[in-house]
Amino acid sequence: MDLARTEVTEATGEKERPLKGRPLKGRSRGGAARLGLMAVPVAFFALFFAYPVTAIVSRGLHVDGAWRFGRITEVLGQSDIRHVLWFTTWQALASTALTLLVALPGAYVFARFDFPGKQVLRAVVTVPFVLPTVVVGTAFLALLGRGGLLDELWGVRLDTTVWAILLAHVFFNYAVVVRTVGGLWSQLDPRQEEAARMLGASRFRAWRTVTLPALGPAVAAAALMVFLFTFTSFGVVQILGGPAYSTLEVEIYRQTAQLLDLPTAAVLTIVQFAAVGLILAVHAWTVRRRESALKLVDASAVARRPRGAGQWTLLGLVMATVAVLILLPLGVLIQRSFDGPDGFGFAYYKELTSAEGGAFLVPPIEAVWNSLQYAVVATAIAVVIGGLAAAALTRRAGRLVRGFDALLMLPLGVSAVTVGFGFLITLDKPPLDLRSSWILVPLAQALVGVPFVVRTMLPVLRAVDGRLREAAAVLGASPLRAWREVDLPMVRRALLIAAGFAFAVSLGEFGATVFIARPDNPTLPVAVARLLGRAGDLNYGQAMALSTILMVVCAVSLLLLERIRTDRTTGEF
Amino acid sequence: MSTTKKVTFTAVAVGIGLVALSACGSSDSGSGTSDSKSVTLVSHDSFNVSKDVLKAFEKRSGYKVNVLKDGDAGAAVNKAILSKDNPQGDVFFGVDNTLLSRALDNGLFQSYEAKGSEKIKPEFRVDQDKHRVTPVDSGDICVNYDKKYFEEKKLAPPKSFDDLAEPRYKDLLVTENAATSSPGLGFLLGTAAAYGDGGWEGYWKKLKANGVKVVDGWEQAYNEEFSGSAGGKKAKGDRPLVVSYASSPPVEVLYAKPQPKQAPTGVATGTCFRQVEYAGLLGNAKNEKGGKALLDFLAGKEFQEDMPLNMFVNPVREGTKLPELFTEHGVTVDKPETLAPKKIADNRESWIKSWTSLVLK
Repeated sequence: MDLARTEVTEATGEKERPLKGRPLKGRSRGGAARLGLMAVPVAFFALFFAYPVTAIVSRGLHVDGAWRFGRITEVLGQSDIRHVLWFTTWQALASTALTLLVALPGAYVFARFDFPGKQVLRAVVTVPFVLPTVVVGTAFLALLGRGGLLDELWGVRLDTTVWAILLAHVFFNYAVVVRTVGGLWSQLDPRQEEAARMLGASRFRAWRTVTLPALGPAVAAAALMVFLFTFTSFGVVQILGGPAYSTLEVEIYRQTAQLLDLPTAAVLTIVQFAAVGLILAVHAWTVRRRESALKLVDASAVARRPRGAGQWTLLGLVMATVAVLILLPLGVLIQRSFDGPDGFGFAYYKELTSAEGGAFLVPPIEAVWNSLQYAVVATAIAVVIGGLAAAALTRRAGRLVRGFDALLMLPLGVSAVTVGFGFLITLDKPPLDLRSSWILVPLAQALVGVPFVVRTMLPVLRAVDGRLREAAAVLGASPLRAWREVDLPMVRRALLIAAGFAFAVSLGEFGATVFIARPDNPTLPVAVARLLGRAGDLNYGQAMALSTILMVVCAVSLLLLERIRTDRTTGEF
Repeated sequence: MSTTKKVTFTAVAVGIGLVALSACGSSDSGSGTSDSKSVTLVSHDSFNVSKDVLKAFEKRSGYKVNVLKDGDAGAAVNKAILSKDNPQGDVFFGVDNTLLSRALDNGLFQSYEAKGSEKIKPEFRVDQDKHRVTPVDSGDICVNYDKKYFEEKKLAPPKSFDDLAEPRYKDLLVTENAATSSPGLGFLLGTAAAYGDGGWEGYWKKLKANGVKVVDGWEQAYNEEFSGSAGGKKAKGDRPLVVSYASSPPVEVLYAKPQPKQAPTGVATGTCFRQVEYAGLLGNAKNEKGGKALLDFLAGKEFQEDMPLNMFVNPVREGTKLPELFTEHGVTVDKPETLAPKKIADNRESWIKSWTSLVLK
């Protein structure tokens, strides 16, 4: 996630590395080593991503032994499909703009100010990012729908309007901006801006000419990530938008799962794939574009107590935004989970331990245990795959490798239903007959976790001074030993953070899991969705209680990450 | 060993480890394999059976039953069709009359006449020459109403499709998107059956003018918008009429603590569309024998009696006793609307398309 940082540390890191002086032999050996490191991630993505997705797409376009590319223009010619494309694009643009507008002040406040509860709050604003959309949709409906807070205060209802979608998108992606931009902001040396002020620049001019250019790539990177997430939005649009609104991702789901119109779904998947590829390409370009090597300082030395009325007001405004936009929806869920049949209490939570309900073959509370187990395995896979990929990418990258870098991000932008259906028709023969195996769930979750691991590890690995490794080698250490003695101590914390974030993302993953989770082992988000799918007070209440538990588990793991957040070279998450 | 080799070796070893891990996973689970001691039932999320009833069958037949719930009804059928060459299980349960033709046309099932099918009520039997499917349950998609609302307003709840278009019920009804939700589609098909090919669109124009609200799924309609359900009450739902099932009132009673004496909701019996669910032996079932035994079980007395309180649907077997909860709080729908699966198959897509542009745009 911390894309800006990647760019910056790469720039500084490279200067330190005496590349030109390296003997040729070392280089080719490095290249081979990189290939070795890349072999496993490449195999993983080929097998569990490229193969299933290609299979389901060609099932749609390859009919009776012939390719039907004519379908592409045919489908794109339909007015309702064009309407979907148009809506998908403009709502993503609007969501991105709104998110930047709301979150940039937040990024500044979290970067530059020190205030009590900051760590907890940083963790809390990240919770939405890893919450499943079923849960968020329910919370927002409770808030913006009929009888919600807005309705009660001013008689305003926003459900089934585009505003509900936009606000929920801000809720989801607030943390992306705060962490990506704020992470860098907190390490920019404020003395540079002060120097400009000293030389007579106005406050605004100093900010515009000194800070803004330095932040530019980070802002662009964050914006592109938000655009990517909102462009492929599924649950939010489905639940809050009502049937009149549909994004590409929703339409792919509808065409595949409901109508079994595979050709149309295949065309839409290709369109989305192309769009996501384009976004990632622009993103990679932004990340690579180096304005200047930035002088970074320790974040803790920069942040200080707000001073003066202006700064306190800003802090207050940001806190109010966070309270209304993030804490309130989360609070509604919690409130409903305790609002039991006989007044406030733990009635719904107690009910979770009984198997009587019939929504599952097991008491719903077991979903917590299942989720934790799946998430641990998914995290292990994501850390191995992502770690190897990051290690491969650390070495000076050629075009091919940079392409690989972007490739690792693709699972974030490809529809879960496509991956799920792809799994169904490809991983069905020995030796890879995995369809009914439990490992499928962690595999699907790891696909989403890997990009986060890579993003977290990469900047740290790149910042490790190559000379240290060389010194160790000169002193006779084997590469493995050099890695253990030099690299590992420096990346251990980043590794923990990467693992923690992959864990939280795996816990919340819903889209792909819902296709493959087994009924006797539902995950938390799947259990919530199932409970919401049944009539009756107890089922509804249990759904709220489970959502709250999921929220708390996510918050706790993120809070632990805050604790081990470390020096400046560490990736954000 | 050189560096390169070592790194490559490590990488390959990790890769092999992962594959081995995956392989273990698949052998652990054991479902869908050629193991003749187990039989796999593929179904949708709503499938449920009492533990002891299933255990009794397992003991009697000697098969261990794996249940694979595969998403909502539509998605489960589509997945089964996609994977029919190498199916995930032996028996599929949960294809209903709105999707039956799609399943049959795609050759999902093979012939087998379940033992005891002669006991199934004749009105549910289809495909009698080939016996590719066995009817298992039936349910009615009907408008439910919030009893309290109509009592307080001293207004009689609606009884028929015609009533729903009356001005006195303006802005009261919420239904589901017919394109994405099975009760939504059922309601559309109900109106198509009631008003015919030429009339249903006119009826929906009237409904739209009368303020019908359309939401995407049943969850939202029932748990958020409908004022009569427990969830809807909490969410301050303001629509006292919702498209749901004839069995929803008993569910409201069963899942309330303490259980009320009377269901808080009622059913408008003149607005019902009958849904019938079928099961069949999958074309390439690995355990055909076990699958046949499982089908006999689904059509048998024990399962038919157990089903109502687990899936909230009605048994199709003659003389099956309904649970008290159903007879007390449920309703019997005497004249539900029905449509032949063939008619549905022929018109489904075009009706959904016209409905979408008529009601949603």
